[in-house]
Amino acid sequence: MDAVYIILTSSLFAISCGLLGCFLILRKMAMVGDAISHAVLPGIVIAFLITGTRDSFEMIIGAALLGILCTFLIEFFNKKAKLQTDAAIGVTFTSLFALGVILISVFAGQVDLDQECVLYGEIAYVPIDLWISDSGQNMGPKALYVSALTLIVNILFIRVGFKQLYLTTFDPAFAATTGISVALWNYLLMGSVSMTTVAAFDSVGAILVVALLVAPPATAYLLTDNFKKMMLITCGIAIIISILGYYLAVLLDGSIAGAVVTVAGILFGLAYLFSPSSGILLKRINQKKEAEKLAMPKV
Amino acid sequence: MKIEAKNPVVEFHDLTVSYHKKPVLWNIDMTLPQGALIGIIGPNGAGKSTLIKAAMGLLPLGSGYVRMFDEALDKVRHKVSYVPQRETVDWDFPTSVLDVVMMGRYSKLGLLTRPRKADKEMAMNCLRKVGMEAYTDRQISQLSGGQQQRVFLARALAQEADLYFMDEPFAGVDAATEAAILAIMQEMTANGKTVIVVHHDLQSAAEFFDWIVLLNMRLVASGPIDKVFNNDMLQETYGGKLTVLAEVGELVRKRQMPSREKY
Repeated sequence: MDAVYIILTSSLFAISCGLLGCFLILRKMAMVGDAISHAVLPGIVIAFLITGTRDSFEMIIGAALLGILCTFLIEFFNKKAKLQTDAAIGVTFTSLFALGVILISVFAGQVDLDQECVLYGEIAYVPIDLWISDSGQNMGPKALYVSALTLIVNILFIRVGFKQLYLTTFDPAFAATTGISVALWNYLLMGSVSMTTVAAFDSVGAILVVALLVAPPATAYLLTDNFKKMMLITCGIAIIISILGYYLAVLLDGSIAGAVVTVAGILFGLAYLFSPSSGILLKRINQKKEAEKLAMPKV
Repeated sequence: MKIEAKNPVVEFHDLTVSYHKKPVLWNIDMTLPQGALIGIIGPNGAGKSTLIKAAMGLLPLGSGYVRMFDEALDKVRHKVSYVPQRETVDWDFPTSVLDVVMMGRYSKLGLLTRPRKADKEMAMNCLRKVGMEAYTDRQISQLSGGQQQRVFLARALAQEADLYFMDEPFAGVDAATEAAILAIMQEMTANGKTVIVVHHDLQSAAEFFDWIVLLNMRLVASGPIDKVFNNDMLQETYGGKLTVLAEVGELVRKRQMPSREKY
């Protein structure tokens, strides 16, 4: 049963991250996802200090606010201070993350949070942290509910805002002229990334959540040239890496989150080599065939 | 030299636009007529694209205002369409030709409404008009430059607007596409729609447009082509670059353009 809980939780988080990641990589903002996943740390710590619990609604709000602040700062440095995007991202998220690290170390006595947990998470503990209802009934792991809720919120968001998200991703100038607020949808998307990141924090950690945001959509991008199919393939990959990653970790007796992302990396490599549309292997073979055809002497 | 339009559809009033505190457009003040095919002409860096971006609210205005149909843009957005430069979007984006044209219908739909069958038929009609119906499901990265421009035009047609701003729609397209786009624009203006085009080629400008706006950071001239498209005005617009103008000016004076090769 533990295996099922872990795989299910991991799959649900990976799907949430992957769906948002599809938009991020097409907006060329994958690294903004990375930045947000780190920058939410001070938000989490401050919310924790105020409320004193680790699974609170306030914590998610705190993180979402920091994520949006991070997005805002990156745009601000980029547009107003004319700093290059990558430099703006680098400065912003490391500063915010460092602030979080300082907060944790200063309030170490009061905070049941440590850098290890924040950075790496531990999905193996999912089945231990159970939700016991008031009547004392065991309702299953808390993380499973969090991951399911996160996915529902994300699917609703993408479903409701699909046209706007799609259009502002493909052609923001055109979107703006039709009266769609490009900035609003950008912040909504980044707010969702922040919330998802925080929700997935406990389980997969800040570093590995980045991999879930980027690797499955990047793999899907190589396999199709239809956006809706890209989202479906991303979901499929999210489930596959969760299952294979879990058993790889059991086999090696290692970190589950690490194994999940390793599998994601391997799948990306395979897609790069063997994708029907952009795989280098098939391209080579086709080129060779063409060359042979051309080289054939005419009779 | 400035001639006011009799039936103005767009009014620029003392418009000034700056990029990073450096002014790129000074005191643009003019009216443009309804139902005309209007060319905005000027050298590189004259602020042609800036002018239509400012009109569409994509850039902050330093001073002045732009009114369309005697209203602020926000009130008449559904009647105005903008075609950005082709290079501004990622043509490797995982989307099909039909999907891009459907985007022209989005502004007619509410937040939650999904495109209906009628919208799809409308989009298909627009694709047919630009001669791209055979490419409906094609991924956009497989299109040539001319085909990309046709798709952008189809998306604009799907908006069913009355006023169109197009940024360099003739840049880098093949001769067949150029002729097809021009024919569509002429049909649009014949139906009372107004088409405003940023254009950089002087020779074809003389053939294409009814009304010319000559721009070089400030407004040099605005008026019917036979009144403003002459050697003096072009010299004023292009300043010292007379070498380019020598032969073109000659051609313009004669009002005949035989040197352009047709396909």
